[in-house]
Amino acid sequence: MITVVAIMTAGIVLGYFLRNKTRLIKINDKLITWAIYLLLFILGVGIGANEIIMKSLPTLGLKALAITIGGVVGSIILAWLTYIKFFKSKEQ
Amino acid sequence: MKGSLIILGFFTAGLLLGYNNLLPSFLIENDYSNYALYFLMFLVGISIGADTKAFQMLKNHNLKIFLVPLTTVVGTAIGISLIYLIIPGLSFKEVQAVGSGYGYYSLSSIIITETYSKSLGVVALLSNVMREISTLLLAPLMVVYLGKIAPICSGGATSMDTTLPIITKASGKDYAIISLFHGIVLTILVPFIVSLILSL
Repeated sequence: MITVVAIMTAGIVLGYFLRNKTRLIKINDKLITWAIYLLLFILGVGIGANEIIMKSLPTLGLKALAITIGGVVGSIILAWLTYIKFFKSKEQ
Repeated sequence: MKGSLIILGFFTAGLLLGYNNLLPSFLIENDYSNYALYFLMFLVGISIGADTKAFQMLKNHNLKIFLVPLTTVVGTAIGISLIYLIIPGLSFKEVQAVGSGYGYYSLSSIIITETYSKSLGVVALLSNVMREISTLLLAPLMVVYLGKIAPICSGGATSMDTTLPIITKASGKDYAIISLFHGIVLTILVPFIVSLILSL
């Protein structure tokens, strides 16, 4: 896990120095898109071939839904407080 | 939205091919995806480092703008902690890791799959896709009842791209910049927070 963060930080530093090379950055963004396609494809294959996960897909989906509800409801209620306290008054 | 569909298409195609055993076994047995993840993280790093938009926005806005991503991070953590109490079979850490994708389902599910477990990766993928979809569907309603920041926080990392149009429409143009800034900050934070939680 530290590897992931370290590699990304190295990328950030390199990216900062390359920030004016627009063409390279555009190619980089394309590569990201395709790397994501590839990795999610691989993820799909790994899951499809895994009988245990395939059987528990509905359960996993329900858990995912519960986490989504928690995350969304938690953040919009806090967003309401932030809005009332710090943003709303400025508008009028 | 179109981008999300393509991404899900690749995932589903993989799922079907894997399920029906249509791939040569060396593809399934040799797992190169770890290296692919490292490669992806390096590229993502480059794109973050090269993007100075967030800094420019900071120059033109006061620091209050940071309250919005902070609200999302804290609000999500609180909401998920409560939900954790009623979900069986997942540890506190696992639930928090999934929630810390903030809608950035591609990257968070990949990181979780590679560094933790496949089944939690699936939960992360589904949960974060649902976060994007519910924001797309409910943004106008959120603004009516909970104010103009609500759909931005609900959208999480997607508030800079896929959910930006609906947020701009629901909250107004003034909030487009805040939405963009919020999405950029969370997009940068996702890999760090998810890896951090999983390493605890």
